[in-house]
Amino acid sequence: MLPAALRDAALAALVAGALALPMLGFRLVDSASGLTLAGRFDLVAWAAGLVFCGRLLIRLLPPLPAFPALPARLGDLRLKAGWAMAAIALILPFLPFADRNLVDKATMVLIYVMLGWGLNIVVGLAGLLDLGFVAFYAVGAYSYALLSQTFGLSFWVCLPLAGVLSAGFGLALGFPVLRLRGDYLAIVTLGFGEIIRVILQNWQDVTGGPNGISGIERPSLFGLSFKAAAPEGRQTFAEFFGLDYSADHRVIFLYFLILALALATNLFTLRIRRLPVGRAWEALRDDEIACRSLGINPTTVKLSAFALGAMFAGFAGSFFATRQGFISPESFTFIESAVILAIVVLGGMGSQIGIVLAALLLVGLPEWFRELQQYRMLAFGGAMVLIMLWKPSGLLSHREPTIRLGNAP
Amino acid sequence: MEYFLQQLINGLTLGAIYGLIAIGYTMVYGIIGMINFAHGEIYMLGAFISLIAFLAATTIGGSSVPIALVITLFATMIFTSLWGWTVERIAYRPLRSAPRLAPLISAIGVSIVLQNFSQLAQGARVKPLPPVFHGGVTLMEGGDFTVSLNWLQIVIMALTLVLMLGFTWLITRTALGRAQRATEQDRTMAALLGIDVDRIVSATFVMGAVLASVAGLMVTLYYGVIDFYIGFLAGIKAFTAAVLGGIGSLPGAMLGGLLIGLIEAFWSGYFSIEYKDVATFGILVMVLLFRPTGLLGRPDVEKI
Repeated sequence: MLPAALRDAALAALVAGALALPMLGFRLVDSASGLTLAGRFDLVAWAAGLVFCGRLLIRLLPPLPAFPALPARLGDLRLKAGWAMAAIALILPFLPFADRNLVDKATMVLIYVMLGWGLNIVVGLAGLLDLGFVAFYAVGAYSYALLSQTFGLSFWVCLPLAGVLSAGFGLALGFPVLRLRGDYLAIVTLGFGEIIRVILQNWQDVTGGPNGISGIERPSLFGLSFKAAAPEGRQTFAEFFGLDYSADHRVIFLYFLILALALATNLFTLRIRRLPVGRAWEALRDDEIACRSLGINPTTVKLSAFALGAMFAGFAGSFFATRQGFISPESFTFIESAVILAIVVLGGMGSQIGIVLAALLLVGLPEWFRELQQYRMLAFGGAMVLIMLWKPSGLLSHREPTIRLGNAP
Repeated sequence: MEYFLQQLINGLTLGAIYGLIAIGYTMVYGIIGMINFAHGEIYMLGAFISLIAFLAATTIGGSSVPIALVITLFATMIFTSLWGWTVERIAYRPLRSAPRLAPLISAIGVSIVLQNFSQLAQGARVKPLPPVFHGGVTLMEGGDFTVSLNWLQIVIMALTLVLMLGFTWLITRTALGRAQRATEQDRTMAALLGIDVDRIVSATFVMGAVLASVAGLMVTLYYGVIDFYIGFLAGIKAFTAAVLGGIGSLPGAMLGGLLIGLIEAFWSGYFSIEYKDVATFGILVMVLLFRPTGLLGRPDVEKI
């Protein structure tokens, strides 16, 4: 066994060395006389050595015990876990160790949870592969920013408007393309995402181009602003409740705002799955031909999923705009779509709690390692591959059927 | 007229590059039904490896540009195809029977890894290479505008043609090509008939990577600037080309690539350069609406 393992490891090391030779072994250096090469072959040796040891260890160590299979009836446990998570999320800002930084990061994670739940309607329930989800997020963000700056509307008026506009974009895009099958749909949505970004970047007069829009109005709580001093005739939050002014109030308020929005998305999804349209989504995902023969119109059903998913992305987008106070096309690149899709798929398609776990893993963890900026994305991509290899159907893939004839066995 | 002809030449050159990348997408899609999202990054690695190999070859081998280029071509093909093979082996093969989205997510992960790896290994700055070829043929001189075809454009088109011919021969005439077509039609049946499916899939990835690496070499020489981010947009456009031509169809991929190149060149030439990507995707949407299987794709009949 040992010689075979050694030979295998040596082969792997050879491949690793050959892979590393051009990309790691040489470095392109700008110099006065143009590009030159600098050798650093020690890195190649390191790469080969590491792969050799790693491969040998994998071959020699006993295989890891299999991941314990989840009990068949999880519904009850999952419900409890869901409530526990919601409770933790509710008291999080008041826990002793929670500082502004933590609440800020939790807000970021919640934005992705909400986006994940929104995309889950499209990908997880209706089974439509959407690679350009970030476009609707961008539409929501720019809708709020432009409406608030042009017409002076408040966040609370703009929020539904942004949702409606995003849903409208979803309808407008979905109407022609939803007849397409899976992968064609993926590429068209990807293209649409890029088109939106290119337009945002180049339509200087309206969107401010690459410079984006800054100074976006912050939200208020029933007219109570979170600034240090209130505008004429208004009160600030701190004055109204007789507190000392603190910038933390706004951070905590934003946290609760996104928590409420995200929970609303979740509640909506949970309820709509029990309505005919929700059932039609899942049926369509599982078998389109059977659905057609049962008289379900695939186009309208898909369109509704697409528009609703887009609407939640629009809500999340306008929240993002009001939280940052500044938006630019930089924030709406394809990588965002990929992250959101990864959250949905890693969570186990269609599982609401799985999405929370995946968002914590993919967005929360890297937020803590911001210092390692350079290696952050490398680790992120690597984690995506490894999790998929480890659990190809997602972290929590088991799902109770939404309806069942008779009692469960 | 002269301007039109010049844009036509530029568009065909660009289209040849897109077409070469598109073949990799279409072959992989045909054989295992997945969008190999990391293929654009393989092309990017090809561009980097070719730049490094070219510099190494000129440093060691002296001043003869053609010899250095031939060495570069082969070195790039070998090293880049090794990357393509490794990616398939590590990130896709274990997921062969997984749910449909798992390989796609894995591929997006690989794409992020390769992009950041290149950035860390070679730096984020744009890498410039001074023009290697000088001069060309003047085709037409009319008034104040000259239509010219430079040597590099000739080389690119000739090399693309040679690769296409060789490739067609490989697919239609050799045992490997026959096995590949059989696997594409029915993987289980092919395995039952004694074809080593894993080996065929690996071979497909290697071929795709070889073509993408040549595209990377061409782009390095043609534009003279590369960075770690070029794979993304080129990848999307090449995939668009594959879909436009009808995914799974090899001549379709080449045709789609040429069309995308032409659309881009003419749009930049006559309308606005900022919105050239919008035009590309807009036309893709139009084609898919009226011919959902692409230009040369077979209609996909679903049986129960």
